[in-house]
Amino acid sequence: MSTPADLKYTKSHEWVRVEADGTITVGITDHAQNALGDIVFLELPEAGRSVAAGEEIAVVESVKAASDIYAPVAGEVIAANQDAADAPESVNTDAYAAWLFKIKPTNIADVDSLLDAAGYEDSVA
Amino acid sequence: MPKQTPLYPAHLAANAKFVDFGGWDMPIHYGSQLEEHKLVREDAGMFDVSHMLPVDVSGAGAFDFLSHLLANNVAKLKEPGKALYSCMLKPDGGVIDDLIVYYFAQDDYRIVVNAGTADKDVAWMRKQAAATHGGNVSITPRRDLAIIAAQGPNARTRVWAALPGSQAASEGLKYFQAARFGDITICRTGYTGEDGFELILPATQVTATWNALAAAGVKPAGLGARDTLRLEAGMNLYGQDMDEDVGPLESGLAWTVDLSPGRDFIGRAALESAPPQRALVGLVLADRGILRSHMKVVTAQGEGETTSGSFAPSMNASIAFARVPAGVTVGDTVQVDIRGKLLNARVVKTPFVRHGKVLV
Repeated sequence: MSTPADLKYTKSHEWVRVEADGTITVGITDHAQNALGDIVFLELPEAGRSVAAGEEIAVVESVKAASDIYAPVAGEVIAANQDAADAPESVNTDAYAAWLFKIKPTNIADVDSLLDAAGYEDSVA
Repeated sequence: MPKQTPLYPAHLAANAKFVDFGGWDMPIHYGSQLEEHKLVREDAGMFDVSHMLPVDVSGAGAFDFLSHLLANNVAKLKEPGKALYSCMLKPDGGVIDDLIVYYFAQDDYRIVVNAGTADKDVAWMRKQAAATHGGNVSITPRRDLAIIAAQGPNARTRVWAALPGSQAASEGLKYFQAARFGDITICRTGYTGEDGFELILPATQVTATWNALAAAGVKPAGLGARDTLRLEAGMNLYGQDMDEDVGPLESGLAWTVDLSPGRDFIGRAALESAPPQRALVGLVLADRGILRSHMKVVTAQGEGETTSGSFAPSMNASIAFARVPAGVTVGDTVQVDIRGKLLNARVVKTPFVRHGKVLV
């Protein structure tokens, strides 16, 4: 199971990458994709939507079940990954390459309170 | 503590992921449910279904007993080895279980029932036997037996390669027919919509047989693939598509109920006094999304509900069974409520897929 050290994480299995322009890119972890099994459908948010931290923002559906994805921090959705929506299995292939959406956080410092790689690994151990 | 089949160590060795199913710890997949699904549609896969229970029904009263117990008619079984799918009903018409009954002689039948319902099924059979057939019927649960379902277009030839001598015993079998081969009952039945065999055999032999099938090129498949295969094949799952609160006529199972005159069976009077108000239909989602069980269905005739739903790997679409008001017909467009959005679905005739071909 891979947990890159340069990313932040949530207990609800999202990964977060802080970009140079102060936005964040969000996906689901390798642990999550493995637990879900074959992913067959993604429901992604529209750009422009304002979200609160912890708000249900997307849905990842495996053959087995639907799982909600939550906004790691408050902010505005600025993009969704249509390539991933068109090829949901790409999340199984490389969960860190197949991002789901990007958010411009209301306060970038909110990201600091998320888990680091070691903290996330402890949370799923 | 969940129960384990005799093949549990083999599943562990094959890196299975497990799920609780009817009180049994069963493999849901061995890596990829989608690949296992495809394997069965295109080649051959094998399922451990030893959680299901064979029940032998024997004695001079066996035929009369089963004629009364089952909604389908065992009088249709004339050739030894022939099998029949049937519901076992409560007096009010609700479904206690669905099962397959094999006929070997007028005093020798075998029934295979579902895992989660096995104990209540045996108790019900014994109660009915005691009430109406006294000492003329023996009901014998066979937990000493295990079951492997080898399914797929190449399953039969692989079984023949794995079990020397089995071809002569089983190549003449028609669908829904079984033959005895030593200690193994070879049944040309399944729950996938593909050709294949179900092998009922002593638990002491099941691991060796499983390994022989693996050596002949049959890979294991889990209950996840079994569920998408059966859904595509238009086959009901007990507890999900029908249960004690709904009858066979509202569950797409009218074809399994023999209402021809002159036979009194448990539940008959209830079925005949209450015409069905609802029907189980197939749905194909036209919009993007995945249908699941217990979603609200909106039709011109009123509301209904999905009972089983999934992504259908053979169709690259989402499908479901839905119980809807009578009058909804094939070709109609209905709406399904998925997380608050009403999405369009097409009403179709099931099965969705049979023998590797998409039919809808």
